[in-house]
Amino acid sequence: MSAPHVLEVRDLRKSYRSPEGEHTLVVDVPSFRMASGEQVGLRGPSGSGKTTFLNLVAGILQADGGSVHVDGGPMTGVSESARDRLRAERMGYVFQTFNLLQGYSALENVELGMMFGRGVDGRYARELLGRVGLGHRLRYRPRQLSVGQQQRVAVARALANRPKLVLADEPTGNLDRAHAMEALALMREVCREHDAALLLVSHDPEVLGHFARVDDLARLNRATSGSGITMPVAEPAPGVGERA
Amino acid sequence: MTRGLTRGLTRGRPRGLTRGIMRIVLRSLRQHALSTAITVLSVALASGLVMAVFAIKRQSYEAFTGGPVGFDAVLGARGSQLQLVLNTVFHLETSPGNIPFASYTAIAADPGVALAVPYAVGDNFHGYRVVGTTDELFTKFEYRAGHKLDVAPGGRIFTAQERGAVVGSVVARQVGVKVGDHIRPYHGLQFDEAQQHDDDYEVVGILEPSNSPSDRVVWIPILGIYRMSGHVLRGTGRTFRPHPDSLIPEEHREVSAVMLKLTDPTAGIYLDQAINRQGKSATLAWPIGRVMADLFGKIGWVNEVLALVAYLVVVVAAGSILASIYNTMNERRREFAILRSLGARRGTVFSAIVLESTTITVLGVLVGYVVYAAILGAAFVAVRAQTGVVLDAWRYDPALLLTPMGMCVLGALAGLVPAFKAYRTDVASNLMPNS
Repeated sequence: MSAPHVLEVRDLRKSYRSPEGEHTLVVDVPSFRMASGEQVGLRGPSGSGKTTFLNLVAGILQADGGSVHVDGGPMTGVSESARDRLRAERMGYVFQTFNLLQGYSALENVELGMMFGRGVDGRYARELLGRVGLGHRLRYRPRQLSVGQQQRVAVARALANRPKLVLADEPTGNLDRAHAMEALALMREVCREHDAALLLVSHDPEVLGHFARVDDLARLNRATSGSGITMPVAEPAPGVGERA
Repeated sequence: MTRGLTRGLTRGRPRGLTRGIMRIVLRSLRQHALSTAITVLSVALASGLVMAVFAIKRQSYEAFTGGPVGFDAVLGARGSQLQLVLNTVFHLETSPGNIPFASYTAIAADPGVALAVPYAVGDNFHGYRVVGTTDELFTKFEYRAGHKLDVAPGGRIFTAQERGAVVGSVVARQVGVKVGDHIRPYHGLQFDEAQQHDDDYEVVGILEPSNSPSDRVVWIPILGIYRMSGHVLRGTGRTFRPHPDSLIPEEHREVSAVMLKLTDPTAGIYLDQAINRQGKSATLAWPIGRVMADLFGKIGWVNEVLALVAYLVVVVAAGSILASIYNTMNERRREFAILRSLGARRGTVFSAIVLESTTITVLGVLVGYVVYAAILGAAFVAVRAQTGVVLDAWRYDPALLLTPMGMCVLGALAGLVPAFKAYRTDVASNLMPNS
């Protein structure tokens, strides 16, 4: 049942209302596609709307218009809980700050990633952590791990539900150069092994240099490229977000 | 939680979701262990207090109005029926006065009276009442259907003419007397060492515990009261000093009260008519249960105040549940956002918080039973020490089920406010780097 495109974005639009009440368009992407298993580097300087774009793809934000399909499943025009389910079952997300739950061990963090998707499978969780080289750190809390190790827990968690697509938002941004390259190589390898496509957003040319296909969000996104006007801050104001 | 229930809850949902949510809930409770413990205790106090107020109200009402009273009515001096009952049935309060011996013989002969036992009071032994009576109290009176006041093995009932005492079980244990000991009563109902009589009584028997007020009394022959050194009789209205070696003419004798067992309720109606409404010299307290029920009616507001206090404690407990969880909301916004980004639905986060407040409440009501047991135990000891009446502390009372159930509903409701806040957590803004 694998769709030809693991990610298909069409005419995706999102605007925010500024405190003055003006609508500011931050994302306007006419078309973006990824083939099954493909690994794409997306150049996204700050202000290019990258986080908003990724949140729209992940269904964390609701689009104002256009469509997103992940592995054939609609991420737009459906209810919030349908988006939650699609995200849980077919996507993984690696954040720049990892977003690990501090009160839980590495193993529990991966299991929490499974809880809302395919269900908890302790053996697979251990296997994933073993694969990223943390088989001996299962019971460690994030605080007890190095930054590089935390990043690997985040990678293992992103793969916990056997996703078709892994989104990574500056995943190596918090690592030093040597560790960043190591982490990047590991992430790409593990995604390939698990048949997951990888969409990695970065502004680091050396990171992007490893990808066969690199797209430029500033060019894809007409909200930033077309107007020629300096972009306003692309982060949503606190409390402004999606509603069911 | 049983396996079946878990399966039922998780049907159609990812495997391990319920267990996972429970894990999140328990982890959060443990991370805020101090506030959890304080909240659990406040719920326990509230639940235990409400259960105790209701149970003690019911138990004491039943114990004092229908408990081991045994008699139907009391005949005594003109005055308050309540005072008469408290003085004779529960051996509390002071005696309202005496009535002539003839009143006793007259009512004992009434066809409506099945058993008439005279009491004469006025002395104490280390604070416990010394009551003069007849051996009918032991041979005919049943303090509860089928139960007579039995003398423990090794003892016997006194005979009317001797200086013998039958001692209630509580008195025997507290003061430490045994069969064969000689005791000297003290004059008056309040214990005063200077007021000791010269009369020596031999303990001829110790009563088996009856869990009734009789356990707290020293019983002696009624003649003994008349002949007690220093006592005077006023059966004729004039002072009479009994001579140790001569008979006491009946007209000089008097009794404090006559305890009555009636043949049937109609006897109570016409005796009430004859003595209370037409008579002038005596009072009939009948039925004893009604007299005590009136007392509870009069002091009912005390219970209402207690119940009100208990309800207020419940409100405070519910508030503390709300506050304790609500206070963790800010630090947990990121956690909720992460869970949402992992695919948890708003409803899942919402129910996790409600489950958290409910879990606190369930722990609280469980500890509440300990609080309840402690309060009832204290009440049990206090009431028995004061009156000899025994509360049935472990009897089932609907409040024991309804209070915890109500408390759980309230606890879940208290969770709704923070749960709604968690429900509204905005994922995108709380996932911001460094937020």
